[in-house]
Amino acid sequence: MGELKLMKGNEAMAEAAIRAGADAYFGYPITPQSEVIEYLMAEKPYERTGMVVLQAESEVAAINMVYGAAGSGKRVMTSSSSPGVSLKQEGLSYIAGSELPCVYANVVRGGPGLGTIQPSQADYFQSVKGGGHGDYKQIVLAPASVQEMADFVKLGFELAFKYRIAVLILSDGVIGQMMEKVELFDQMPRLTDEEIKEKYPWATTGKAKGTERRIITSLDLDSLKMEKHNHHLQAKYKLIAENEVRFELFNCEDAEYVFVAYGSSARIAQKSVQLARRKGIKVGLLRLISLFPFPTKQIQALCDQGVKGFLAVEMSAGQMVEDVQLAVNGRAKVDHYGRFGGIVHSPEEVEKALEQKMIGG
Amino acid sequence: MADITLNDIIKPENLVYEKTRLMTDKELSYCPGCGHGTAHRITMEVIEELGLEEDTIGVAPVGCSVLAYEFMNIDMTQAAHGRAPAVATGIKRVWPDKIVFTYQGDGDLAAIGTAETIHACNRGEKIVIIFINNGIYGMTGGQMAPTTLPGMKSSTSPYGRDIETMGNPLKITELVAQLPGTYFVTRQAVHTPAAVRKAKKAIRKAFENQRDKKPGVSFVEIVSNCNSGWKMTPNDSNNWMVENMFPYYPMGDIKVDGVLVK
Repeated sequence: MGELKLMKGNEAMAEAAIRAGADAYFGYPITPQSEVIEYLMAEKPYERTGMVVLQAESEVAAINMVYGAAGSGKRVMTSSSSPGVSLKQEGLSYIAGSELPCVYANVVRGGPGLGTIQPSQADYFQSVKGGGHGDYKQIVLAPASVQEMADFVKLGFELAFKYRIAVLILSDGVIGQMMEKVELFDQMPRLTDEEIKEKYPWATTGKAKGTERRIITSLDLDSLKMEKHNHHLQAKYKLIAENEVRFELFNCEDAEYVFVAYGSSARIAQKSVQLARRKGIKVGLLRLISLFPFPTKQIQALCDQGVKGFLAVEMSAGQMVEDVQLAVNGRAKVDHYGRFGGIVHSPEEVEKALEQKMIGG
Repeated sequence: MADITLNDIIKPENLVYEKTRLMTDKELSYCPGCGHGTAHRITMEVIEELGLEEDTIGVAPVGCSVLAYEFMNIDMTQAAHGRAPAVATGIKRVWPDKIVFTYQGDGDLAAIGTAETIHACNRGEKIVIIFINNGIYGMTGGQMAPTTLPGMKSSTSPYGRDIETMGNPLKITELVAQLPGTYFVTRQAVHTPAAVRKAKKAIRKAFENQRDKKPGVSFVEIVSNCNSGWKMTPNDSNNWMVENMFPYYPMGDIKVDGVLVK
């Protein structure tokens, strides 16, 4: 068993970055995720593992430091919250175009604009539909516990390097700020420079004499080549969609209705399942772990099983619900419930919404 | 003499100059008469002569030199517009023993990337910044740059740069020289053989500083012409540069070994 600790979600993520053998973290403070860089600075990972921690002058600079370091084959991470993640979108588009591996976290707060510092899930579209310019995807993992805040950093680096893609840990102010017991995985070694050169021949580590130079770029002025590159990216996203779907089912065996939720909304909806079941309502929960790729096939299987209605529960005005609708494709009722703008819905509100929107409606 | 053929001349012992192998054979995308080609060449010559080929990672900007990685035969990363100093910071921090440099134009370095430039310089990143200042946005077709001179015409200042409404040209090199994180700051040109030799010497010093782990940024500005953007012949543009750019952007070292000399 790994080391047990009581930690905030943000702290668990920071500790996990050190333990996952990250080479660097570049960040900029913003509520509600400043604990990530505060923890790292206090922990002196440069003494523990040699990991670099740097406070950048902006989120824009931080993501570009990630771009540079990732392009040279190192394991790098950044994190921010909604307004800061908007600023990172330029860099993320370049990272997608150049196919660089990295992990970053968004501890989401209410928007739009400066919004609020309270929790929200209103950055779903930005996270799974691209965010920056161009046709691209990133792997999006949604932790629902402090444990997963830690575990998904390790998983994130595995997936990032497997596919040369950005992996987003899409958290929210609840998961980032709350304290829970977490079992920390053991320290993994950082790769040596020689290991990096061997494992990642695409990385800019200095051109050995007589070898081809490596170029990290997202530019090609020849549109036919750029179209080919885009086809390559789309093929990669398809492969990810086939192989990396992650979800959990609760009480869905006999379910007539299913809550679809992720992150803290999934924790709340789990309680709502209990409340509804006490009233004799056969409801289950599909908890999304990966938002891209989306568990379309699983939702279709639930339709096959005879589920009559899906209620998307999210702290937004209704974003993920659109992907549920696409997956259900008219075969069952789909609706949305959620408080937003920094308000967290209660299990009772969610249960009531089920009765009103799915059953009574 | 009439019986000497070309093949008699092409002999290793007669070789007085050759193209550095750190320039690719790709045809330069720069306009004939532009200073970029020379600035590329002397940068690559310095890297080759210092034996740093295997240890150097370059960062290309957005602008005319966006394709620098096509011409520089070393490992290169192409950065988003203005972000090159942040990208270079990322590389240098995780590969502290490598030589990292950026190659940027005036729009990239002194307008959209001002924050990245100033903060990389202020943190004292151990990198080289090569800054080509031609007072105009060449790549996008001759728009006003942060370094466009007062009264100077561009496609977005067609009646000349009006200081009242368009602001003043930014002397960013003098500005970064004031920061404690810069170690070597100089302004050069590449319009004459003598200027090229001096500029190359400055670039060599910049790379030597980084090789020798001197504290801070080595920053080399090269004032250059843009005959296409300025709508002049190459010769006229170089004369215009000497007459108009040099008084505003005076040549020479500004900071040497961490000490202001001007």
